[in-house]
Amino acid sequence: MSGALLAQMLRDPASVEALDASGWTGLLAAARAEQLIGTLAWRVEGLAMPEAARRVLEDARATVEQGRLVALWEAEMARRALAPAGMPVVLLKGTAFVAAGLSAGQGRQIGDLDILVPRERIEEAEAALIAAGWEWVKPDPYDDDYYRRWMHELPPLIHRERDRMIDVHHTILPLTARITPDAAALIDSGVALENGLLVLPPEGMVVHAAAHLFADGDLQGGLRNLWDIRCLTDEFGGTEFELKLAACAALHGLTREVERALRLSDHLFGEGADLTLADRLYVRRLLARDGWGRPTRKLTEFAFYLRGHWLRMPPLMLLQHLWTKWRKGYRPAG
Amino acid sequence: MRHSTQLRIGPVGFRVGSDWRAPVALLDDLYRDYPPPQDDIPDFNVRLFAARFWRRWLRPSVQIGGDFVIPDAAPLPLAQGLLAAEMAMNLQMALGQRRYLLLHASAVERDGKALLMTGESGAGKSTLAALLMTRGWRLLGDEFVLLDPAAGMVHGFPRLISLKNEAIGVIEREAKGGRWGPLLEGTPKGAIRHLVPDVRSIAAMEQPATPALVLFPSFGFEGAEREVFPSECFVRLTQASTNYVTLGEAGFDALTGLVRGLPARAIDYPDTKTAIATVERLWGELA
Repeated sequence: MSGALLAQMLRDPASVEALDASGWTGLLAAARAEQLIGTLAWRVEGLAMPEAARRVLEDARATVEQGRLVALWEAEMARRALAPAGMPVVLLKGTAFVAAGLSAGQGRQIGDLDILVPRERIEEAEAALIAAGWEWVKPDPYDDDYYRRWMHELPPLIHRERDRMIDVHHTILPLTARITPDAAALIDSGVALENGLLVLPPEGMVVHAAAHLFADGDLQGGLRNLWDIRCLTDEFGGTEFELKLAACAALHGLTREVERALRLSDHLFGEGADLTLADRLYVRRLLARDGWGRPTRKLTEFAFYLRGHWLRMPPLMLLQHLWTKWRKGYRPAG
Repeated sequence: MRHSTQLRIGPVGFRVGSDWRAPVALLDDLYRDYPPPQDDIPDFNVRLFAARFWRRWLRPSVQIGGDFVIPDAAPLPLAQGLLAAEMAMNLQMALGQRRYLLLHASAVERDGKALLMTGESGAGKSTLAALLMTRGWRLLGDEFVLLDPAAGMVHGFPRLISLKNEAIGVIEREAKGGRWGPLLEGTPKGAIRHLVPDVRSIAAMEQPATPALVLFPSFGFEGAEREVFPSECFVRLTQASTNYVTLGEAGFDALTGLVRGLPARAIDYPDTKTAIATVERLWGELA
């Protein structure tokens, strides 16, 4: 399995030197599919490798570097749009990592701009962004209504000129989820950057990543989330940090998710860990990638798809939701 | 994947996997004179697969996949598997190439200097490139030109020449002894037939060339010619590039560097004979 090969090469970059052509081919395909090729490029820099592999990785580095600039610019655009309102704006995920210069940002592929604002001011934020050129993407009234009533974010907005998407969050898990993190406390814990934007403190970043990974969604792209967590715990690790992290996880009701993240991170990227039976299923899901970059283990994937929805909403609502989506022609991947 | 092959076009290596044997067998035959990817490690992977497993046998239809994909790509019937493979390789280039500034243009070379031709679909850039190839020019490519931002040289990408509708007959008459793929009828773009570039173009595909002239041909008009200034040339080429935006500053530097001092002409032509005469005359005036 090339998912496992990718995890191994991130853990122990020097082992790429033993790869043959087909090993490299599978590794690069899996890394691309998991959006970790920029990260891989950073990890293996300076090691001996075939020229063709070096070229692919150099290109990947150039791509993520350009992506970093674009992400920072997009954050600046959002800052300018929201600054007059004077509300706290917290950068999340990839953009936060690169804005704060963290190792988790090295080689990180960044998609949309994710920000967190206070719930009571989210309509104000939406109006300010729309005035500055962002527009709604979701034309579907059901989806729009669904987002506004039940989700932790606004329906995605896209900038009409720059064609970049922004996700405006007011908390980090859907309102329908059984776990309800304390969004106000998260915003209060924000650390100010030079330009006035905020980022979560490292323990808050880990808690958010773990929430995203294990309490929401179907683990699509989960390996990258887990790698983010690894980078954060490596960079800030130590007893003091562990205590802060445990306290932060407890505050937001995410102790189980954070502990699982730490175990899986140690198992895949560190010295190993004692895994529970459930942990092994997660590992199976996280590494389900073949040498063509294709997702594998369809049944596991489908089980996690169902689980993602189960966590997200109560059973009756789930049935109604799936039925509506099915009628609209949506089918899970696979 | 069940069947697969590897090949290199210009500086770019591909691995193509397929649920069916036929498309891979065709690729192996038509690309038989092409080398494998450098170090046997491809730059891009392409996958031709059945969207639902029964589509492997029942009204088989080919879904295009790979490292880079667009959502909602319409599947093609298996009889057009070669077209699917070509489209999938082009897609990897259009979406994933970032070493070179990619220009949607055809190009030919003579004496180490390159003539670039770009325009809307139907402007005749593939046809003109193929015709010039039969007249002793080296084909750099009929679809993409790769501009190296560092050196300012253009690299060839001489994949199979994709000829459409009337152009097929025109080139069949001119390219005596050419090797052809099957005639594909009823594709989204009408009839398509692929011509293998001549042996010389394939053998020399690794040699870059210095850009010397850019043409913007338009087919179906009275013969006419107009100088295109660098500013207009720049704007038109940004539109002809699939990765100009992705490359950021490097793309801007590469393109401004290219258009500065490079002669460019818009030419209208009623028939290919006029076009070839115009090209040869403009080329002669360069020296």
